[in-house]
Amino acid sequence: MNTYTFFTTHGSEILSTTLEHLELVLIAMAIAVAVAIPLAIFIVHRPTLRTVAMGIASVFQTIPSLALFGFLIPVPFIGGIGKRTAVVALVLYALLPILRNTYVGLTGIDPAVLEAATAMGMTPQQVMWRVRLPLARAVILAGIRTATVITIGVATIAAAIGAGGLGTFIFRGVAMVSDAVILAGAIPAALLALAADGLLAALERRLRVS
Amino acid sequence: MSAESTPEATRTSKTAPSRSASPTDASIAFEDVTYSVHSTPPDARNATVLANTPGHVADAVTGDREHAGLRVLVRNIALTIATGETVVLLGRSGSGKTTLLRLINRMLEPSSGRVLVNGRSTIDWNPFALRRSIGYVIQEAGLFPHFTVAENIALVPQLEKWEASRITTRVTELLQLVGLGGGDFAARYPRQLSGGQRQRVGVARALAADPPILLMDEPFGALDPVTRAELQREFAALAKRLAKTIVFVTHDLREALLLATRIVLLQDGRIVACDTPDRFLKLKHDEVCAFTESLGEHIPHNTRRSAAEFDGDEAFEMGGPA
Repeated sequence: MNTYTFFTTHGSEILSTTLEHLELVLIAMAIAVAVAIPLAIFIVHRPTLRTVAMGIASVFQTIPSLALFGFLIPVPFIGGIGKRTAVVALVLYALLPILRNTYVGLTGIDPAVLEAATAMGMTPQQVMWRVRLPLARAVILAGIRTATVITIGVATIAAAIGAGGLGTFIFRGVAMVSDAVILAGAIPAALLALAADGLLAALERRLRVS
Repeated sequence: MSAESTPEATRTSKTAPSRSASPTDASIAFEDVTYSVHSTPPDARNATVLANTPGHVADAVTGDREHAGLRVLVRNIALTIATGETVVLLGRSGSGKTTLLRLINRMLEPSSGRVLVNGRSTIDWNPFALRRSIGYVIQEAGLFPHFTVAENIALVPQLEKWEASRITTRVTELLQLVGLGGGDFAARYPRQLSGGQRQRVGVARALAADPPILLMDEPFGALDPVTRAELQREFAALAKRLAKTIVFVTHDLREALLLATRIVLLQDGRIVACDTPDRFLKLKHDEVCAFTESLGEHIPHNTRRSAAEFDGDEAFEMGGPA
């Protein structure tokens, strides 16, 4: 079976799998953003905690993705077979880029601006919300972009623990020794990654303050 | 810079009435203030290892400025600045000028002694209320790049929760005051301004809530000589008219002579001279001579302002943000 005919005959299946993949990515990204950004805000003025948080996030990043999915299966509550485990693994992967970029963005602000903000009588909270965060938003978004692209790729491996998504085609194709089936997973995944990258890059350009 | 049209307009509504003891009081006093930081100077890093071994007395003393990792930035400062004075803190880099300035608005707290603002120790002030009642201008202006010029100027009034219409009026008034009245400056972003224009906005922002005290840290230091001279002249005229208590940091004697009612010379964290511009030039102290010699052959007589010109009782047109 050639690739073209596989795509035409399995069109709706590919579409629904792509949507499933996207769902996995979006849920994981939403959680990762909701955890990493507040965490970064929290560690800006806490050096010890910063080292610990960054260290832990880095460790997750170094675990090979297939192994991470495997490790999580026996873990109670968050583990097991299926979507939930996959989301947990994806979140752990996405944390570091967002956390690191948010931290760098929040701390890389012109000292003169921060001095002026404090000297004007802004409270530390006001400096955070009205100066640091708005000035860091492009850098934060760059972190989200990196994390999204990574997550779209890593999420293909989630199929190995029964979470579905485009990895289903890839694993099936590998087993069947069929390029057509592998590409049915790989091409939409690549397109998703490119689209996400392009979209977020455009948004980032709009947010950048020189 | 044109006339400040209606200072009364900014005073009509009540904001934090408890803030200042008296609306006309804007004095600053340093009472035997020393400020020091714990430090490990680069050359003492190796010494620290030794210092931490038992039986070895910490000894990072170089000169009299450092005692066992304690670096004294300003030492035993006693200085009273009366309401309406323009005091220029003059000195070389690292002489402690900026430290003194930052002690006034409690960006720093004295290690010993007290700093009084309006007769009240800075430690007893709410630091945010204190800073909002003191204008602050720094080199490179430190404008918020994500705010328009108008938003930059409106910052303190906004923090003080002024009504929107009153803020708009005030911003227009201030842009006029600093010579940016014409054109579309209010809607521009700082990156769309020249260095001189940015610094004008910096001055406008500091004056926004009509603070009785103004602190300026080398505000014109980063400008080209022509723009600098222009802003210095305009600011000198403005300062005289506003009659605020101004503390101005510079390493430029020429600038000090132009602006000061009193020049305070700092050297290694101590006050070595404190006098009116006229008498300052005649002092025989080595550091004073070092500065006067820096002017070159001719002392600019036209920039000198005699002490008599300043009248401490002149109408104090300000009333603070209250």
